[in-house]
Amino acid sequence: MSISIRRITKRFDDFVALDDVSVEVARGSLTALLGPSGSGKSTLLRIVAGLETADEGTVFIDEKNVTGRPPQERGVGFVFQHYAAFKHMTVYDNVAFGLKIRKRPKAEIAERVAQLLKLVQLEGLAKRYPSQLSGGQRQRMGLARALAIDPTVLLLDEPFGALDARVRAELREWLRRLHDETHTTTVIVTHDQEEAMEVADNVAVMSNGRIEQVGAPREVYEEPANEFVMTFVGQAHRVGDGFVRPHDLEVTLEPNGSTREVMIDRVVHLGFNVRVDLVDRDGARLSVQTTRDRAELLELVAGQIIYVRPTRHTTFT
Amino acid sequence: MGFVTTFLLIIVVLPIAAIASRATDLGWSGFWQVVSSPEAVSALKLTLLMSTLAVLTTAVFGTIIAWVLVRDSFAGKSVVNAIIDLPFALPTIVAGLVIMALYGPQTPIDFTVNGHHFDANVTFTRGAIYVALLFVTLPFVVRSVQPVLMELDTELEEAARSLGASEFATFRRVVLPSILPGILSGVAMAFARAVGEIGAIVLIAGNLPFKTEVASIYLFHRISQDPEGSAAVAVVLLLISFAVLLGIGALRWHVTRHERG
Amino acid sequence: MGRLSLRFAALGYLTLILIGPLVMMVWRTAEDVDGAWTAISDPDTLSAFKLTLMVTAIAVVVNTVFGIVCALVIVRGDIRGRGFLNAFVDLPLSLSPVIVGFSLLTLYGLDGWLGWFQRNGYEILFATPSIVLATIFVTLPFVVREVVPTLREVGTEQEQAAETLGASGWQTFWRITLPCIRWAVIYGVVLTAARGIGEFGAVAVVSGNFAGETQTATLRVEDAYQFAYGNYAPAYGISFVLAATAVIILVAMILLQPKESRH
Repeated sequence: MSISIRRITKRFDDFVALDDVSVEVARGSLTALLGPSGSGKSTLLRIVAGLETADEGTVFIDEKNVTGRPPQERGVGFVFQHYAAFKHMTVYDNVAFGLKIRKRPKAEIAERVAQLLKLVQLEGLAKRYPSQLSGGQRQRMGLARALAIDPTVLLLDEPFGALDARVRAELREWLRRLHDETHTTTVIVTHDQEEAMEVADNVAVMSNGRIEQVGAPREVYEEPANEFVMTFVGQAHRVGDGFVRPHDLEVTLEPNGSTREVMIDRVVHLGFNVRVDLVDRDGARLSVQTTRDRAELLELVAGQIIYVRPTRHTTFT
Repeated sequence: MGFVTTFLLIIVVLPIAAIASRATDLGWSGFWQVVSSPEAVSALKLTLLMSTLAVLTTAVFGTIIAWVLVRDSFAGKSVVNAIIDLPFALPTIVAGLVIMALYGPQTPIDFTVNGHHFDANVTFTRGAIYVALLFVTLPFVVRSVQPVLMELDTELEEAARSLGASEFATFRRVVLPSILPGILSGVAMAFARAVGEIGAIVLIAGNLPFKTEVASIYLFHRISQDPEGSAAVAVVLLLISFAVLLGIGALRWHVTRHERG
Repeated sequence: MGRLSLRFAALGYLTLILIGPLVMMVWRTAEDVDGAWTAISDPDTLSAFKLTLMVTAIAVVVNTVFGIVCALVIVRGDIRGRGFLNAFVDLPLSLSPVIVGFSLLTLYGLDGWLGWFQRNGYEILFATPSIVLATIFVTLPFVVREVVPTLREVGTEQEQAAETLGASGWQTFWRITLPCIRWAVIYGVVLTAARGIGEFGAVAVVSGNFAGETQTATLRVEDAYQFAYGNYAPAYGISFVLAATAVIILVAMILLQPKESRH
């Protein structure tokens, strides 16, 4: 079930949250809406879900115009950042909720809930209450609940934002595997660029209510459409009239004409990678990212003078 | 929304408006005549005086009680905490009788020392009104100070002490300003209640005009005989209530102005 | 110094003002249990109890429905009316009960704006309907004031989730919103009941106080006292029943409070 967002505009009093936004989400894909806070990504997602109404523009789900229809009629599964768990119901009742509303027979509900709990690895917790679950467990319950109604599309609003780093990483991986199994058209909103890259087939980068670029993660990273995308997705330093990514700076111990002289301020060992913080002649700060091996080979140390040269330099007109 | 406004209109707004309108039937001079009659003035003055005295006392002791309930611990504390709400749950007339039991004509506190007779019988005196008001206003201050006290971060007091402040100074400079909004809220509600109180007073005070007749009882006796005059006095009472509530509201706003973003 | 003397001051004050009088009242009632019982089982007294219960029950039901709807409007509705709504809902708390009763007299009296009823034989004043109206008036705020903060705290996310899962407006309200505010509503109901049973001033003005017909329990107590002729047992007896009811209500309040703060 594809999603077609056409020319959506949304205003809150004077603030323009979304400005003539159009995006196509292919059926079966996992698309990330990536952007900083205030970029409008959550608002867009909520408009697709029917939890907000746009001032202008249309939304099509599965080629049907759902603009103006309430959330109940859109068949979307929505997962909230803070879980929106029904606190007074057990895990079982939470997941079964959509099915009970649709008046499915008890046996069918029991079977489906058991199936889903197994899928999200919450078997055995059916009788617990949300307050007795960890954050990660609650979010998995939220997912199971949304999936229970066989949604045409699955919408996730910063689903892992309230969880700590390790749980986030685990759930990310898990979400990707789930998607590979179920192939439900999914849209995930996130401000975490790493998350978008890891999980999505397609990334739509947003800023200030506009779409800056849409493309596969690799495309967005290596061929950014503008300055914003380049600096938001991954690291980038301003060098001259363009930008260079830290891992595109070659380090040499001797100058060779096209290099620039810099002094090492700090060598930061981040496990496998090493980040070398540098200061150049004019006092500007930049950094180089290199491997542990290479750093050791070059015997990089604070205070040392070295030379860098960008192997790849991107400018935007 | 429509349902809500209609309901409020019929139940609350119309009746009050009716009184206001009836009061205007008198015209200015009529209004003034009733309101400035010696008995009315005396009743109003008495009400204001006793309410203020009682509320001030309650403010002090209510805060102390709230403090003890939050910070102290002793056997039976939870029971004590529970009965604070009793004046609120008890019918006012029963409250009057309860007070009568201890401070009325059959009071057990009755002894003679050196030929001087003391007893705790306050019937027909202003003391009765005072005690009755203390009884009914107690929960308002305690219950509005308690949550504020509970939320108070003891770290602030610890910081003050580490900087050399005495217990009293710590209380005055750190604790009091923080709980003041709570105290003022409680005082506002207590005052409104005290000004309008009738049930607890009617039995024990004796309702002697010019001596123990509060405004609410003055009204009570006059309603059937003189509706317009009563309406006038009622309006004055209403205005006093509003003025006090507004005043305390403004005070609260002023006190909390630093906390607002 | 601090701790003990504060405790002493607090407990001492409470004994003088609260505990002492209560103990005395129970004592007095116990002194003449027969007299008290006669008064309590008197048919007029029984019908007074019945009237109080009936009127309070009606007020509870009406103000619970109103309270929930009003709280929803205040928390979820437009900002515009909110200030006024809040002010008018809080009004009964600061009004003297006598003024409440008087206002009803003025409104529904023969030459009042809604005097139509009285003029055409529909007895409102000096009859049960006005007692009900007065009780509804004075107990108005409680459910609203308890539900509003809870509703605000709960937020709208759970309801939005329910909507995305297919629940209609009514289903969402019934299955999600209501259970969330359950304890606040119950607590509000308890407060409403306490206030309703205890109402005196407004009802005294509006009812005419006809024993056996329009006399509520609280009016009966006053009656028993005024016509005691030295025998206060009936007054104490009926008061005891009312006080016992208040204690039961108090226990209910205590039991419900921790739950309220947990949510």
